Amino acid sequence: MFLINCPFCGEREQSEFKAGGEAHIVRPKQPTELSDDEWAEYLFMRKNIKGIQFERWNHIHGCRKWFNMIRDTSNDQIKAVYKMGEKPPVK
Amino acid sequence: MKNKYSIFSLIKNAFSYHENWEKAWKDPEPKKEYDAIIVGGGGHGLATAYYLAKKHNMKNIAVVEKGWIGGGNTGRNTTIIRSNYLWDASAGLYDHALKIWEGLSQELNYNVMFSQRGVMNLAHNLQDVRDLKRRTHANRLNGIDAVYLNTEEVKKFCPIINTSQDIRYPVLGGTLQRRAGTARHDAVAWGYARGADEMGVDIIQNCEVKGIKRNGDTVEGIDTTKGFIKTKKIGVVAAGHSSVLANMAGLKLPLESKPLQALVSEPVKPIIDTVVMSNAVHAYVSQSDKGELVIGAGTDDYVSYSQKGSHDIVEGTLNAILELYPIFSRMRMLRQWGGIVDICPDASPIISKTSIKGLYFNCGWGTGGFKATPGSGDLFAHTIANDEPHKLNAAFNINRFVSGDLVDEHGAAAVAH
Repeated sequence: MFLINCPFCGEREQSEFKAGGEAHIVRPKQPTELSDDEWAEYLFMRKNIKGIQFERWNHIHGCRKWFNMIRDTSNDQIKAVYKMGEKPPVK
Repeated sequence: MKNKYSIFSLIKNAFSYHENWEKAWKDPEPKKEYDAIIVGGGGHGLATAYYLAKKHNMKNIAVVEKGWIGGGNTGRNTTIIRSNYLWDASAGLYDHALKIWEGLSQELNYNVMFSQRGVMNLAHNLQDVRDLKRRTHANRLNGIDAVYLNTEEVKKFCPIINTSQDIRYPVLGGTLQRRAGTARHDAVAWGYARGADEMGVDIIQNCEVKGIKRNGDTVEGIDTTKGFIKTKKIGVVAAGHSSVLANMAGLKLPLESKPLQALVSEPVKPIIDTVVMSNAVHAYVSQSDKGELVIGAGTDDYVSYSQKGSHDIVEGTLNAILELYPIFSRMRMLRQWGGIVDICPDASPIISKTSIKGLYFNCGWGTGGFKATPGSGDLFAHTIANDEPHKLNAAFNINRFVSGDLVDEHGAAAVAH
């Protein structure tokens, strides 16, 4: 359990949010030309990092907006939050 | 040869105040080279080493463990054993394990306290009823015992369940697998460790793997806190840390590691003599031989290695427990903890070769690996020894995420993942 500083609503309990997994996985521009290996990479393979991870969250019990987060998965400390489309702040 | 545990050895050792029992396993320093190394000294890893030595005659092998054996998720789970999975591949895998469980104490000469007290899965809505009936039929076609119970039969089998139709999620029925049950999780690790040690397997504790050395597409050995160890075959059974080890070899796995919580109550007299699992409201409960209620909660939805889960997950589970078992309303909880589980997108495990020669992964067991411990070890040993999967774990290869031939047990396995 931790607090999350929603970029739109401010600091709220983590239970108001839904984790959306690894961030910055770009949807293939030409899906019809993707090989099976590339599909597997896009759909299923995850970095699953122990340490600093970039991820997406949604404030489902609040503004219901998506945003990005940089979090240390080894101790759940949040390093930064930033809006969708923004460049991640240098860590 | 180790002395056999028996009533006579118990009496004999009673005369010396139980101070002269021989060590169940040695505490060796690593050799320079092994024929195979198992990374991870939990139940699955120790079982793998045991079957490699026993069935495949590989004696020059080691298990390396970063902490102490059985100190990871083997000691954190809620010890439920069952095989009532929907799909043929899963049914084959888990029932293979269940059949080994049935003779395991005798085989290991170690009492793993396997208790076939039955596992009941409850239905709380119409879709649950349909799914559970379908699963019961699928189980029976696969030779797995399963019966569907109506609400009265559920009440008869476990009288403390609140079957009032006025509660938020009323009990509409359930399934029962009578061969299912529980076992003592520590004893499983210790029993396999003792058995493997007797056949010459080195069990090396407090030895963390820091790197996997490879030469092109072949493994050469592992860097550990106790130095470099050379080997041609590495079997990784590292549960929540599987992705971390894969990363050392330059591999990526389809896993996410998440906290899963459980809790136990103060010990009380026998009150529930079976295991009851409830998928829709996510509450499992059984009672340990010490009298504690053992309660399984759910996973958090975010990746974390912190071994701490969120409070609201526990709260949700206890809400459900209290509605289903009003008799527990004044129970106090003794301990609560979290373990890190590695979850596959299809909620089925990976027991597989990889694209690197000599590197094998046994991972992705998610929230339900304990029940498979003996079968997992047996099949992983087969895969490592022959460099080919056994027919029972062929479907659980890593390439299914490329081919799309998933074993989609999400929600189908009688339990929410």
